[in-house]
Amino acid sequence: MKILVCMKQVPQKDAPLKLNESGTWIREDVSYEVNEPDAFALEEALRQKEKHSGEVVVITAGPARAQQVLREALAKGADRAIHLEDNACVGLDASNTARAFAAAIKDETFDLIFTGLQSDDYGYAQTGVVLAELLGWPHATIIMQIEKTEGGIRVKRELEAGYFQFVDMPLPAVLTIQSGINKLRYATLIGIKQAKNKPLRKVTLAEVQSAIGANMQKIERLYIPQKTKNTEFLEGPPAEVAKKLVEKLRNEVRIL
Amino acid sequence: MADSILVIVEQREGKLNRVSWETLTAGQALAAETGWILEAAVAGSGVANLANEVAGKKIAKVYAIESAKLEPYTPDAFAAALKQFIGSKRPRLVVMPHTYQVRDFVPKLATAMERTAISDCIGYKKDGDKLLFTRQMFQGKLAADVSFACDAPWFVTFQNGAFRGDKVEAGVAAAPVETVNVEIADGIIRNKPQEVFKEAKQAVDLTQAEIIVSVGRGIKEQKNIDLVRQLAEALGGELAASRPICDSGWLPMDRQIGSSGQTVAPKLYLALGISGAIQHIVGMKGARTIIAINKDSEAPIFEIADFAVVGNLFDIVPPLIEEVKKAKAGA
Repeated sequence: MKILVCMKQVPQKDAPLKLNESGTWIREDVSYEVNEPDAFALEEALRQKEKHSGEVVVITAGPARAQQVLREALAKGADRAIHLEDNACVGLDASNTARAFAAAIKDETFDLIFTGLQSDDYGYAQTGVVLAELLGWPHATIIMQIEKTEGGIRVKRELEAGYFQFVDMPLPAVLTIQSGINKLRYATLIGIKQAKNKPLRKVTLAEVQSAIGANMQKIERLYIPQKTKNTEFLEGPPAEVAKKLVEKLRNEVRIL
Repeated sequence: MADSILVIVEQREGKLNRVSWETLTAGQALAAETGWILEAAVAGSGVANLANEVAGKKIAKVYAIESAKLEPYTPDAFAAALKQFIGSKRPRLVVMPHTYQVRDFVPKLATAMERTAISDCIGYKKDGDKLLFTRQMFQGKLAADVSFACDAPWFVTFQNGAFRGDKVEAGVAAAPVETVNVEIADGIIRNKPQEVFKEAKQAVDLTQAEIIVSVGRGIKEQKNIDLVRQLAEALGGELAASRPICDSGWLPMDRQIGSSGQTVAPKLYLALGISGAIQHIVGMKGARTIIAINKDSEAPIFEIADFAVVGNLFDIVPPLIEEVKKAKAGA
């Protein structure tokens, strides 16, 4: 099984975010980490390789700092990495990111392409599905299980409210992977050492420029959300806060 | 052709998804704002009765997009059918609810039509002639106003709860309903879906609980959940959790609150060590009173909390249990 995992580097979950001067993006001086659903997607690819043998390739589109995500993936067991390196990648919408990926991998033949179901920064949940349409491949989203079958794969699709559905699909296919599909592994020291010698191919934006176009949507303004709720903060030492909470529960919520 | 807004409602197994009324409310608001004509469509096999249901609302026209190949749902069939329909109708704006099913086909549909979708919106604004769609970014820490930089049709999906389904306006008379048969060629559909099923034996129906005490990653370890269980018991409430807790197996799946789990609207929702990621919030923002305890003052949960404590839940919950017990004992 030759599997491509599309990964994204996003600001750390608890990183304090500041708006840039024009109010159209965040200031870049924050700490970054791998987009969590993508980490689950990588883990799933590694497990499929362990079960069925094959190759796991990871790709990311991002500035130089995004290489960290690829290095970690190689350390965990991915075989090679592709870095679409350019600061401008941060501003590409999902359609263009998918187009850039499709162009970067046009000479490869994968059986499966995984993405996380969505990113923790934009949260569009589109790149994987757009990529499938561009490639002309079948796809399924929010996947919690993948099994190889004679005709291709059987996936378990997560639906709302605790419902699920199995879907049989041919290969090649694109799957967007749900968090919690598996348990993430840690990179071993040996893995980290071996990662240094694994191929990391850099692709410039110029190389894929003909595939992408102008963004079809634009963030006009990014801002701190206007609070619609009047939140009352309760302060003081724990014992006092506990008393205040009970007072609220009794007098305002009326459940005591 | 006059400018129109097309709301595509959702159905599963012959029943309209309740969120469809929210999408219609959104469509009515957008129509009032823009002056564009509002129409709706439902796609499936044998869905004329559902189209009739929608036609009872204040709307210019409803379409039943019909093909036997639209049942069961597959992204290939839905994208093909809707591309055909939207291609001929050319609405300016196509509005859908941000459900798991819509997420599964809308990016494909938009791409096939060389367009884009602004997804998971929580509202909209008008800026002169431009329509701006508001979305949460960075798990709710920031908001963005997004505009389209391409030709119509424009695809927009709205988050659960962004509009009130009970606020949808009824029509004075039933709107006309038209059945549109679509052609889906052999070989278009590549996925073979099986029966939808529920996994967790629903031991507890959290939608019926008046008081819910919910725990997130801030609980750190499985053994700490017992502390929260004691609080839930003291309050006479049910224990619930955000997704990562259930994924780790610390609590069963039927305790999960959020887009993949249960959506609840209890009298009291007590969120302990929960950051407030969007996928969780959509499952509980309808609660009458929300109390949040989290040591991160920037946690998005505080945006929707009525009462908030920035602090360590391990310091606060033990005395809270004692105070609750005292209060219940009539102290």
